[in-house]
Amino acid sequence: MSDLEQFRAETRAWLEANCPEEMRQPLKSQADHCWGGRKWQFQSDAQKVWMERMADKGWTAPQWPKEYGGGGLSPEEAEVLAEEMKRINARTPVSNFGFWMLGPALLKFGSEELKRQHLPPICRGEIRWCQGYSEPNAGSDLASLQTRAEDKGDHFLVNGQKIWTSYADKADWIFCLVRTDPNASKHNGISFALFDMESEGVSTRPIELISGESPFCETFFDDVKVGKDQIVGELNRGWDVAKYLLTHERNNIGGEPPGFLKGRALGPLAAEHVGTEHGKLADGALRADIARLEIDQMAFQALVGKIREEAEAGQGVGAQSAVLKYYGTELNKRRYEVMMDALGAEGLEWESERTMGGLYAREWLRSKGNSIEGGTSEVMLGIVSKRLLGLPDA
Amino acid sequence: MKLNDEQQMLQDSVARLMADKGPVSHLRELRDRNDEKGYDEPLWHAMVESGLTGILVPEEHGGIGFGLVGAGLVAREIGRNLSVTPFLSTAVLGATALATGGSVKQQQKWLPAIAEGSVITALAVDDGAKHRPEAIKTEAKAAGDGVTLNGGKLLVLDAHVADLLLVAARQGESTALFLVDPKAEGVTIERNRMVDDRNAARVTLDNVAAEPMADGAAALAAALRAGRAVLAAELSGLAREAFERTLQYLKERKQFGRLIGTFQALQHRAALLMGEVSMSDALAMQALDACDRNADDAEVQVLAAKAKAARVALLAGQEAVQMHGGIGMTDEFDIGFFLKRARAGGETLGDANYCADRFAVLRDY
Ligand SMILES: Cc1cc2nc3c(=O)[nH]c(=O)nc-3n(C[C@H](O)[C@H](O)[C@H](O)COP(=O)(O)OP(=O)(O)OC[C@H]3O[C@@H](n4cnc5c(N)ncnc54)[C@H](O)[C@@H]3O)c2cc1C
Repeated sequence: MSDLEQFRAETRAWLEANCPEEMRQPLKSQADHCWGGRKWQFQSDAQKVWMERMADKGWTAPQWPKEYGGGGLSPEEAEVLAEEMKRINARTPVSNFGFWMLGPALLKFGSEELKRQHLPPICRGEIRWCQGYSEPNAGSDLASLQTRAEDKGDHFLVNGQKIWTSYADKADWIFCLVRTDPNASKHNGISFALFDMESEGVSTRPIELISGESPFCETFFDDVKVGKDQIVGELNRGWDVAKYLLTHERNNIGGEPPGFLKGRALGPLAAEHVGTEHGKLADGALRADIARLEIDQMAFQALVGKIREEAEAGQGVGAQSAVLKYYGTELNKRRYEVMMDALGAEGLEWESERTMGGLYAREWLRSKGNSIEGGTSEVMLGIVSKRLLGLPDA
Repeated sequence: MKLNDEQQMLQDSVARLMADKGPVSHLRELRDRNDEKGYDEPLWHAMVESGLTGILVPEEHGGIGFGLVGAGLVAREIGRNLSVTPFLSTAVLGATALATGGSVKQQQKWLPAIAEGSVITALAVDDGAKHRPEAIKTEAKAAGDGVTLNGGKLLVLDAHVADLLLVAARQGESTALFLVDPKAEGVTIERNRMVDDRNAARVTLDNVAAEPMADGAAALAAALRAGRAVLAAELSGLAREAFERTLQYLKERKQFGRLIGTFQALQHRAALLMGEVSMSDALAMQALDACDRNADDAEVQVLAAKAKAARVALLAGQEAVQMHGGIGMTDEFDIGFFLKRARAGGETLGDANYCADRFAVLRDY
């Protein structure tokens, strides 16, 4: 048996023994996801046990180094773990912005002290992070952000406002872009700061989404003290960190986001609502729409595989992440549109028990944010034009 | 199709009325206080006073018999303002069904009441998640003078406040509308709030006594045609409003030190959207006019108009949210309401796929 086969056998046996039955059911909605953090209320014992067991193995962050609480797995081993989890439908034990975004940036840019301070609590699901990038006047044009961090000798004093901060009211810490040199050119005076959301002077106001949930907030900083040791990368070079992190965020959003349709096929769902004739969906146009969509998804997945292989071979994903983000999110929006077509009247219900409180319509609406969050589709296409195609600026 | 003087006057006065008495803010208020009736009552009264509830009721029954172009003009303004009224359910579907297929007695009883705004009617067609009026499952069995109905209906607009249900049921080979008292024994009405904050109930009929119409099959066909044509106008109106609000935003929002409307990527999308909205609107008005003229191809035109309008309204809603960025995703901002209504209106009385399929059937392919 090769080492990898050996690893697969052990992993399979361990998962069989340790993944609770309840954690082998697909998520019914985004609400079933385990986010972790100081304020987290586990929805069941199984959810808690599953997170803790995986954290003990380091498998909440399989590829991060062991000394920081990760699993130290090679890309091949991580792939095997993912496959084996998928085989039994095991849920992601815990995940939040610490895993998708901050972790990779800290591993690349963080000092040894910062890594030791922040990575293990992420792996154990103890600290939940949020992302303080966007401001009212700095969305697509992120580098024009105005939140100030003034050097007060032994600390920074942060003042300003962020907006669309997802889960700011539920997160424990924030990674935040702040301007540390107001006189430098736009991209050169920004730093990447970390601070506790319970610090004095931090306040949040939840903003309701069109789907009815309130996952994002306006976030205000009024004389917030931030430790001088809490800057990731060099002072005034935060833009490099921010951009690197966005690459990870984009790869992630471009993947299949958590939600009702994750891991669900549209064909059977449509058959249930539209009916079949001679073994085919009774609505020919809908059938063709679903097939076209699934073909596009298959082609997208093939490209994702190719880009990942190249990235592992050392070329990095780089500007390709814009390709992944654009197609991944546009496809996801299309899936929810087609789902709504398939569900007909039932999909429109907003509160009924039958639809789990309007889950379909709410997730359809939520999917519209995919092509806005983490950089809009228009911005992605701009990056592709300039960085991949080499087209000149206007 | 050019509006005549009368139609032009109607359009102008309805535009003022809806903007004044039925703006988007009312939809939000009704939703936020979870209004019992679920529609804008003061607006409905104002529409009654202006004669709009009788727009499709013949003059001999107390209406103004203005025709479908007139109803479309009203619906277009309803779309622009997302006004919450039982106009479609009562003044269009109910009035058309009764005026087309009602017995003299039924017409005398209901049509003046619709015109004077004293009743609300609800059309119950779909008995599955999708609109399939050719394959109605609800059954009508002869019982004495009348019939008994058994079945279940979805997406019955305004049923929870209706004084009369018009229920599509199959009797032998034919499908027809039957009149049902919502309070009759065996009727269960489950009010359902929908994504667009309108009400569309689920109705269950368990051995319910119903009254046949003089020509219930013709009533059903006429109601569906009128309803789709009017919905096409409403959807075109909401698409235009979503487009115009977005256009305005492109002229206000700055990023990278310039108005986002200076980015060609958005300019071209806005230009294309204007084209789509204009075509959708032109087709809807043409289809309404074809109905009024009793043109041979009226049915084909209506199916085309509904199919086109459903797609364009959804496109306009999607583009509007996308071009607004983060703020477009918030409930505090109104633009999302247009996307929601586009979905629900598009689904009502046949989605784009359904209408395109029937269109193809009528064109023999
Ligand atoms: C659900 C959701 C969650 C989010 N979570 C977070 C979070 O946790 N933390 C955080 O910091 N931010 C978050 N965001 C904010 C997100 O990153 C911004 O909304 C996004 O970057 C767009 O900025 P904006 O909203 O200011 O839109 P704008 O930048 O004003 O864009 C408006 C429109 O103009 C277009 N546009 C702008 N510039 C150009 C150009 N050069 N060429 C062509 N078109 C252009 C845009 O594509 C868009 O269509 C979230 C957003 C959403 C919707």
